[in-house]
Amino acid sequence: MEHRYLINNVGIGLLWVSGCITVLSLLVIIVYILAQGLPVVTWGFLTQNPASHDRAGGIFATIVATVAVTLIAILVSTPISVAAAIYMAEYAGDSWLTNLVRFGADSLAGIPSIVFGLFGYIMFVHYAGWNYSLLAGGVTLALMALPIILRVSEEAIKVVPDSYKHGSLAMGASKWQTIWKVVLPTALPGIITGVILGMGRAVGETAAVLLTAGSWAKVPGSVFDPVRTMTVHIYTLATENLSMKNAYGTAAVLVIMVLAITLTSNYLTRRYIKKLGGSR
Amino acid sequence: MSEYSFTGKPVRKVVEKVIESSLLLCALSCILTIFLIILFIITQGMPIILKEGPVDFVLGTTWDPYNDIYNILPMIIGTFVVTLLSLAIAVPLGLGCAMLIAEVAPYQVRGIIRPAIETLAAIPSIIYGLFGLIVLVPFIRDYIVPFARDYIAWMPLVGDLVGAKGNGFGVLAAGVILAVMILPTIISISEDSLRAVPRELREGSLAIGATKWQMITGIVTPAALSGIIAGVVLGMGRAIGETMAVLMVAGNSPIIPTSLLSMTRPMTSAIVLEWNYATGDHQTALFAIGIVLLFVIMILNLIIYLGKRKKLNVARM
Amino acid sequence: MAAIDTTIIKDTPASPAAAGDYEYVIESKDLCLYYGKTMALKHISMGIRANSITAIIGPSGCGKSTYLRCLNRMNDLVPGVRVTGSSTFKGRNIYDRDVDVVALRKQIGMVFQKPNPFPMSIYDNVAYGPRIHGTRNRQELDRIVEKSLRQAALWDELRDRLQDSALSISGGQQQRLCIARCLAVEPEVLLMDEPASALDPIATSKIEDLMRVLKEKYTIVIVTHNMQQAARVSDRTAFFLMGELIEYDNTRKLFETPSDRRTEDYITGRFG
Ligand SMILES: Nc1ncnc2c1ncn2[C@@H]1O[C@H](COP(=O)(O)OP(=O)(O)OP(=O)(O)O)[C@@H](O)[C@H]1O
Ligand SMILES: [Mg+2]
Repeated sequence: MEHRYLINNVGIGLLWVSGCITVLSLLVIIVYILAQGLPVVTWGFLTQNPASHDRAGGIFATIVATVAVTLIAILVSTPISVAAAIYMAEYAGDSWLTNLVRFGADSLAGIPSIVFGLFGYIMFVHYAGWNYSLLAGGVTLALMALPIILRVSEEAIKVVPDSYKHGSLAMGASKWQTIWKVVLPTALPGIITGVILGMGRAVGETAAVLLTAGSWAKVPGSVFDPVRTMTVHIYTLATENLSMKNAYGTAAVLVIMVLAITLTSNYLTRRYIKKLGGSR
Repeated sequence: MSEYSFTGKPVRKVVEKVIESSLLLCALSCILTIFLIILFIITQGMPIILKEGPVDFVLGTTWDPYNDIYNILPMIIGTFVVTLLSLAIAVPLGLGCAMLIAEVAPYQVRGIIRPAIETLAAIPSIIYGLFGLIVLVPFIRDYIVPFARDYIAWMPLVGDLVGAKGNGFGVLAAGVILAVMILPTIISISEDSLRAVPRELREGSLAIGATKWQMITGIVTPAALSGIIAGVVLGMGRAIGETMAVLMVAGNSPIIPTSLLSMTRPMTSAIVLEWNYATGDHQTALFAIGIVLLFVIMILNLIIYLGKRKKLNVARM
Repeated sequence: MAAIDTTIIKDTPASPAAAGDYEYVIESKDLCLYYGKTMALKHISMGIRANSITAIIGPSGCGKSTYLRCLNRMNDLVPGVRVTGSSTFKGRNIYDRDVDVVALRKQIGMVFQKPNPFPMSIYDNVAYGPRIHGTRNRQELDRIVEKSLRQAALWDELRDRLQDSALSISGGQQQRLCIARCLAVEPEVLLMDEPASALDPIATSKIEDLMRVLKEKYTIVIVTHNMQQAARVSDRTAFFLMGELIEYDNTRKLFETPSDRRTEDYITGRFG
């Protein structure tokens, strides 16, 4: 066999190896966490609060905290980022302003979560006087979700075929009417995908919430109460060696939540592409 | 809008204008946030940098909150070493994976790897940290460390580089975990830019009798290089900024790491670790670390942004 | 150029159709091609003689490119393509299992409609082929590059700019560079898919002159939309229509006294 065929086969073989390693590392991590954690997850584990200084009990309060913090983040972030996306896709054109906003969004997406945490602390916990609280955590997470929802929504709005818009405009609808009645409904699945991805980021975040929402493992009475999300709970349990068992359990629940989120957004994206592909 | 309507009612025009302005305001919120973040972090952390002197702060080796000495060179080196190691692992692996799904594998295989990568990207860092803590660290402690001690330590240079002692926590564990975490970024961006290489170039190369491998390495990869570099830079940014996963496996002694097996405390970890008990100057010092992080990340962002712009200009020509 | 072997079969099996024992360099027999379910080529049988120029004409979408790409198996790259029948190169069916596609393509080079120089220097473009086939020696490469550029009538124009980017030269030059790039691996056959359609008349005539010279050494198959071009340069012409080979004859004969009514309609511009 000629020399270069050997190189070709070895090279291509190596590509396959790297593909396998990638998929395998995912499988190992997920399977391991689920195998360790799922046996711990019982109805009681989900519905009871941590007990004996986190050494026993369940994780109810932390689930509530994660859900609440995520909800606040999405409620704050979605209107702003979708509005920004509409502006970028429909109004701004390719101006320096769009470039600047895009640079801002990209930079925001790249800023480490710990820096968001520092910022959230000084801005919301300290200056706004919200203390470590559900609200401070949620709003900080909203800032982190902003660039994600913005970029995904912008793409979704951009791929709405011009023919739809022209059809509406040709009937005498105004630009905003066209956006509201035609563009947004068409782009909705894409926008929802963005929101779900933003949710994924919020659910999985640890460092930023640790610095803004605190680590108080009780069900919050108001948005000004400190909370402990599932991620922070895992961190506390594992690093302070309080209960590895409960750390696994919490991790398993978290992984399942994240998997559900990813699968949903994948499914929606595929449907969106199909829908537009079919109607274009 | 006037360009679409013939004689629009004035009220409607005003409404349209108001809507447009409020949308603009929302768009500007991104820039405002960035601006505020930079402003607040800098004003919070600057006092310590000024007090220590910028050079001492960055190049001094003592971090001693009890005696109010805050120099962060060990942490900068920690971040640097851990990031470098993760890139050394993730770049070849990720590039190989991207080449596989963009150039070699049949469509169905891509349908497996793509979702796997997306999932990998979606898993929270705390999960990676937990996995590292309970699987990777013991593995390194029980297998890699003895191996290094018995078989590698005698080698000149390599032996020193790897080290022979350790409890599993440290540079190696952090680098490996980080590598897995930044794989998705590198893979998906590299794949996109490989795919963007025009088909004509591939055909031209194959038509001369290039093997697939020669086509990939000689033509497609060089043509996609700027995009691949962007992916690597982005991955690098993720690695530098990653906090929880690193924190849980790095071992966290604030020393300058001397080998793969020695412990380290990267910048991000330091902030979280000391947050609970830091007050006064100590807390300000943590913000000062934030300044350095922010500075590095913004430079990386700028590189990516300028790279993108340059590519657009080339495309326009 | 000893590194380049000239067989397309890795392990030569004992076969009655030994090399040298053929009338046509390339011969297709009952060749059909499907894109998924649609049949794009229908039972094509034609032979191509060595050291001649064969033109393929026909209306858009009739399968000219598809047929051309069958001849060096570039269609392998299109997912869902299926080929039946046979196409031989020097007596061997190139669709046999044991055919080495890479070596085949080295011997049957291809020039595309749109010039596709690689984004590297002029020199590196031409040297690309010899390099991938194992030539490392700098002097040897210099020699090949000069020879190929001379053959492509580019040497005098570009000799001082060899290190310039190949993207910086004109479209016509780019196309001749792509031809030179093919020639550098010393193929036996050159397949050209509308090589001049993106060029102006002067650049076109240069390419045509070039083809007449190259024909001394190479076998050329050219797809063209331009009937004058086919009449000017080719020795034989094949007329395709909707995936079928309608008529295949000496160029003069085909253009002056076509035997099929549809050929006549096409060349007189009555349809297509
Ligand atoms: N990749 C493909 N997948 C499916 N169908 C294809 C593909 N490529 C070509 N076809 C179809 O096969 C038929 C022949 O195409 P081909 O490109 O060979 O025509 P052509 O004669 O070269 O046309 P033109 O003169 O426009 O280049 C056309 O009907 C075309 O639509
Ligand atoms: Mg064609």
